[in-house]
Amino acid sequence: MAFFNKHEETMSSDEMSSLQTERLKKTVRRAYENVMPYRAKMDAAGVKPEDIKSVDDLAKLPFTTKQDLRDNYPYGMNAVPMSDVVRIHASSGTSGKQTVVTYTQRDLDVWAECVARVLACAGATKDDIVQVCYGYSMFTGGLGAHYGAEKLGCSVIPASTGNTARQILMMQDFGTTVLCCTPSYAIYLYEHMRDNNISMNSVNLKYGIFGAEPWSDNMRTQIENFLNLTATDIYGLSEICGPGVAFSCQTHKDLHVNEDHFIVEVVDPVTGLRQPDGVPGEVCFTCINKEAMPLIRYNTRDISALHRGKCDCGRTLIRMDRITGRSDDMLIIRGVNVFPSQIESVLLSSGNVDPRYLIIVDRQGTLDQMEIKVEINSSQFTDQIRGLQALENSIKAELDSALNISAKITLVEPGTIERSVGKTKHVIDNRRLD
Amino acid sequence: MLTKQISIFVENRAGRLAEIAKLLAENDINLRSLSVADTSRFGVLRIIVDDPDSVEQILRKKGLAVSLTSVLSVKMDDRPGGLAEVLKVLADNNINVEYMYAFQASNNEAYVIMRVDNDLAAQDVLVKAGYKGYCKF
Repeated sequence: MAFFNKHEETMSSDEMSSLQTERLKKTVRRAYENVMPYRAKMDAAGVKPEDIKSVDDLAKLPFTTKQDLRDNYPYGMNAVPMSDVVRIHASSGTSGKQTVVTYTQRDLDVWAECVARVLACAGATKDDIVQVCYGYSMFTGGLGAHYGAEKLGCSVIPASTGNTARQILMMQDFGTTVLCCTPSYAIYLYEHMRDNNISMNSVNLKYGIFGAEPWSDNMRTQIENFLNLTATDIYGLSEICGPGVAFSCQTHKDLHVNEDHFIVEVVDPVTGLRQPDGVPGEVCFTCINKEAMPLIRYNTRDISALHRGKCDCGRTLIRMDRITGRSDDMLIIRGVNVFPSQIESVLLSSGNVDPRYLIIVDRQGTLDQMEIKVEINSSQFTDQIRGLQALENSIKAELDSALNISAKITLVEPGTIERSVGKTKHVIDNRRLD
Repeated sequence: MLTKQISIFVENRAGRLAEIAKLLAENDINLRSLSVADTSRFGVLRIIVDDPDSVEQILRKKGLAVSLTSVLSVKMDDRPGGLAEVLKVLADNNINVEYMYAFQASNNEAYVIMRVDNDLAAQDVLVKAGYKGYCKF
């Protein structure tokens, strides 16, 4: 097992906690003194920097949202003068203004180290040749992977996106051993080689570092078989720094968070209170080692759960599950948070390869009722009524245990759940709150 | 004596059986016999037709959830006690009937369609007892 920074990556929880506390105190003071929106938020909440004495005190601080970044566009969240800023990135918003992120030289160095840890964990060394096929632009993917690979001492090919034939030619001629791109582009590369009769033996890939979009463990195995490499998941978001906030190891179970730089919390989407370990909620990050834009409790709206304890790979860094959804899709039923993606994964595991389902929520008296209509397909259909009832019961039992809430399962005929273009509408909420 | 029955998953709502019957008519499918088993939420329509394989394909292409099941079609005397005698043969041989339904083909011919737990053994003992199947199947 290779480490880029074994000391930090394998620290005891006491050591980590005291390092985090020291960095958090400094960060909160700097934010209060230099970032006016933070001063205003903390004053409104009645919290002073000196109230933050430990990592647990983080819970006293207000959250930061994407809207805060938009409201203070472009430089309002900066804690340093522009003379100290050496890089500007931005994430494309689907609506409204871009989200701008700034970096000092030290911020870039920390970011590069985070990415270098990912590469080292994947198995890369300074002898490797890394082809970066993420976009080199305002998007953090390209330059993030680039500087991380250079930090590790690899030979870096800044290929950026596009021109697949040329990408493959570079892999062949330059001897690329590590591929950095989105998982969907990795599959596209494979398909292009297959369709053009390019032998997989003509390239020498060993490791793939894939991220910037959600992907499943099935997809990972597929890519590993297609491209004959081992795949690593890299997680990040530009607001926090970019790729390298968290990463998977060879156990492929969950993601290690670089928590000496980013404190991760998982909170209940409604109450904002911290969830116990293992319980899903909204993922929030606090940048405790960032100069230019130290975001505090930035709520990503991504859904995941945390796990503590030493991993088989040797890392003691806190772990988070792969992202299973967005809180924007969340339903609250009888006080329990329910995500359509949880329901989908239960249906997938029941052997339904392309589950079509509709969640109908209603209120009878004061009690919420959840019904899930599931289209039956011919491969699951049995002539016997009791076979169908057994299918309903097994889906119900699995959902009950996954969601901690009882749902009524109704099997419906194929093709009866309305499809909107490209995306199925999954939820009908008939509850009236008056 | 063994024949293929087509089973169709049907949602339990008003008019759905009429729609499926219309679909069968539009595709020129003649029913020999049928039965409906239902729960409060859904039902299974079971039909006997002359060419089950091609009918199954047609219905599948129409997007219905369908399956083919092996059932027994047994010709019996159309008189009191006719069914009891058939069932006694099965009972004596420890064969369990899951469900059954019957139809009359002409004046003196009645047929029973049965799903049993061991269709090959059931066929053996019924043939030995002198029973015949429905020739059309």
